[in-house]
Amino acid sequence: MIPRPTPQKVRIRRSMMFMNAQKPNLLKDAYIYGVDSIIMDLEDAVAENQKDSARFSLFNALKHIDYGDTEVIVRINGLDTPHWQEDVRVCVAAGVDGIRIAKCESAADVHAVEDAVAAAEKEFGVTPGRTLLMAALESPIGIMHAYEICTASKRLFGAAISAGDLRKSLHVKIEQGGLEMFVARSQVVMAARAAGVQCFDTMWPNLDDQAGFEAETLQARKLGFDGKSLINPRQIAFVHQTFEPTKAEIAYAEKLIRSFNAQQDSGVGVYTVDGKLVDVPFFDDARRVLAQAKEIGIYHGEL
Amino acid sequence: MLNAVKREIPEAVLAGRPVYQGKYARDGQRLHKAAPTITQAIKPKATKLYASLKAACEACGAHDGMTFSFHTEYRNGDKVAALAAKVLIEDLGLKDITVAATSLGDAQANFAQYIENGQITGVQTSGVRGVIGEAISAGKLKTPAVIRSHGGRPRAIAAGEVHIDIAFLAAASSDEFGNASGINGKNNCGSLGFAIDDAHYADHVIVVTDTLADFPNEPAAINAVDVDAVCVIDQVGDASKIATKEARMTQDPRELMMAQDVAKVIAASPDFKDGFSFQTGVGGPSLAVNRFLEQAMTARQIKMSFALGGTSKAICDLQDKGLVKYILDTQDFDQGAIAHFASEPRHLECSLDQYANPGNKGAFVNNLDFVVLSALEVDVDFNVNVVTGSDGVLRGAPGGHPDTAAGAKCCIIVTPLTRGRMPTVCDSVVTVTTPGDAVDVLVTDYGIAVNPARPDIIAQLDAAGIKHVTIEALRDKAYALVGAPDPLQWEDRVVAVVEGRDGSVVDVVRQVKPFTF
Repeated sequence: MIPRPTPQKVRIRRSMMFMNAQKPNLLKDAYIYGVDSIIMDLEDAVAENQKDSARFSLFNALKHIDYGDTEVIVRINGLDTPHWQEDVRVCVAAGVDGIRIAKCESAADVHAVEDAVAAAEKEFGVTPGRTLLMAALESPIGIMHAYEICTASKRLFGAAISAGDLRKSLHVKIEQGGLEMFVARSQVVMAARAAGVQCFDTMWPNLDDQAGFEAETLQARKLGFDGKSLINPRQIAFVHQTFEPTKAEIAYAEKLIRSFNAQQDSGVGVYTVDGKLVDVPFFDDARRVLAQAKEIGIYHGEL
Repeated sequence: MLNAVKREIPEAVLAGRPVYQGKYARDGQRLHKAAPTITQAIKPKATKLYASLKAACEACGAHDGMTFSFHTEYRNGDKVAALAAKVLIEDLGLKDITVAATSLGDAQANFAQYIENGQITGVQTSGVRGVIGEAISAGKLKTPAVIRSHGGRPRAIAAGEVHIDIAFLAAASSDEFGNASGINGKNNCGSLGFAIDDAHYADHVIVVTDTLADFPNEPAAINAVDVDAVCVIDQVGDASKIATKEARMTQDPRELMMAQDVAKVIAASPDFKDGFSFQTGVGGPSLAVNRFLEQAMTARQIKMSFALGGTSKAICDLQDKGLVKYILDTQDFDQGAIAHFASEPRHLECSLDQYANPGNKGAFVNNLDFVVLSALEVDVDFNVNVVTGSDGVLRGAPGGHPDTAAGAKCCIIVTPLTRGRMPTVCDSVVTVTTPGDAVDVLVTDYGIAVNPARPDIIAQLDAAGIKHVTIEALRDKAYALVGAPDPLQWEDRVVAVVEGRDGSVVDVVRQVKPFTF
């Protein structure tokens, strides 16, 4: 195995790109595009009778290919299939950074995977607790249980809304403006923020409709998501640009922190910056923006 | 004798030429230009039309041992070069013929047989592909072929190193006195930049067209003052074969990523400012650079003063959007560019002499800020091979590669790190066509490397936060992915000489030894 850095529960995850684990030509250098996380897919992209060969190519990819600081996550098969336990063993043995639980519907689902992961970590001598989890919420009941899912495990770094199946269950189709997914998206953001984990928007399936993709991405950012799933490297640049702080946001955050540092000793709790009232939560947010900009490499200031 | 790119050049092939000593080694040297010997037309003639190409050749004194030239503006659709060779060799029975071409490919496939028969005994070209390359690499040509760049060709012609007896110049339209152009005909090719110098330096010029225009056929690329004879044939070229599949804008994410990285490198340079100049090719990632450059230009609110060289619809679109002041066009790569050339007054014809000749008082390449080029191979000294394949067989064209690389302030090579199981970045290229002292940046899908001779560019990339690695790291990565190839096996015999744009010898290509396990 190529040694991988310890997975970080909190890190930049603007983009998560799906790759069919069955296709070595996709796996071999998926990291070159600069995506934050790649999701090797053992689930829907892989034919039912090819699950084993997909696991094999996934394992060997991690054995021989250095993915560097690109996060490697694997989407395992659903808990209602005979595949998921073996998927978990392969993931842990291969030393992946995280597992995406497909069609997660309850805290119990998270616990089931958590137990299997812990057992596999023991079996393969992997540091206990190393393997992270994320949940894909793809059904109305999963959305309804978003908060209990987001708080179900210390290993869980976030939840993704997956709209393909969800739209079918809701009896809706893709609408311009995203009206049909508005409540579900907001619910996931709310639950994730309440639980203190990250949240990710669904992928845009129609590669030729760039305008639709851009509109959906912008909306996800406005709703509060941390990032978005995607299916083609061509989508990375726009997703990154959308989910990273703008120059103006960085400049304002810097100004806030500087003013806070200046005011700290004078005992003033609330004051104005650029004519706008600011208090403690503003500074926390400003620190978050600067930390994010630093991690992405677009802020080189001293704060 | 060892040259500056560490290639051993046999004394026998030098034939008075120096070995390559650096990109500007011969700067400032004096050059005596060789003028043609022409037949004066003092007494007015009713016409220069001849009933057949054979008759025109006879009138122009076609003879054994002669050199004929042609241009390849019709690229894969050219019909005139193959016809001219047939008339000289089969109809007139001439032998010991030398070909002086701007390129050679499938459209001239009949040459391979003439080479094999010993009827064509010399080849001078700026590119060679397909069966002709295979015939030369197999040692069938009597004398070593000479491969010259697009700038090296007019230099050699002007210096008298190549003397053209008859130039056969395909034209989309011509009047019966030889005012000819690449437009206003049935089969347009756009710019005739490849043909103009031949018209000035050949002893005899035969214009071949399929569209006879009223006199005077203006604007003319070829002027009647240089033309001895005009022939009308059914079709000079199949313009639909000009646009190869390469000229399409790629959707491949890997190529788009490389194109975007090229644009980032350009945008990080202080020379990326209002009035900058630019050239790119039509390979997938090279062509796509146009798209990302447009975004950077719009964001920076700057315009290009001129786009140079081979022209595609993509750069024409930028001009139509007001982002490019002049297009200086040596050849057109697609129908869109041909139509644009015919209609846009600031889309101008540019001869190869004007474009790239190092043997004049300053070609356009000397004013070029950025050039984006592809490569078959790049080695750790930044030497580029664009002429021989991994099997050692001639199958490529330097074109303007060495000229633009040497002239431009910043030469960027863009290529995938591996092709199939061949490493593109390697210890030593099979054949050096563009010396590494003219190459500044290499962009691959696995990272960017800057020539250590350009610390200024390294500093620019660092300041812009653009990651880069050493070229050795890229080579190591390539070898780690696909393995290091075994060295090729050669016979002793030299089958081609790669002449530097300044007339020095950069490298030689030897006959390939059939592979045995």
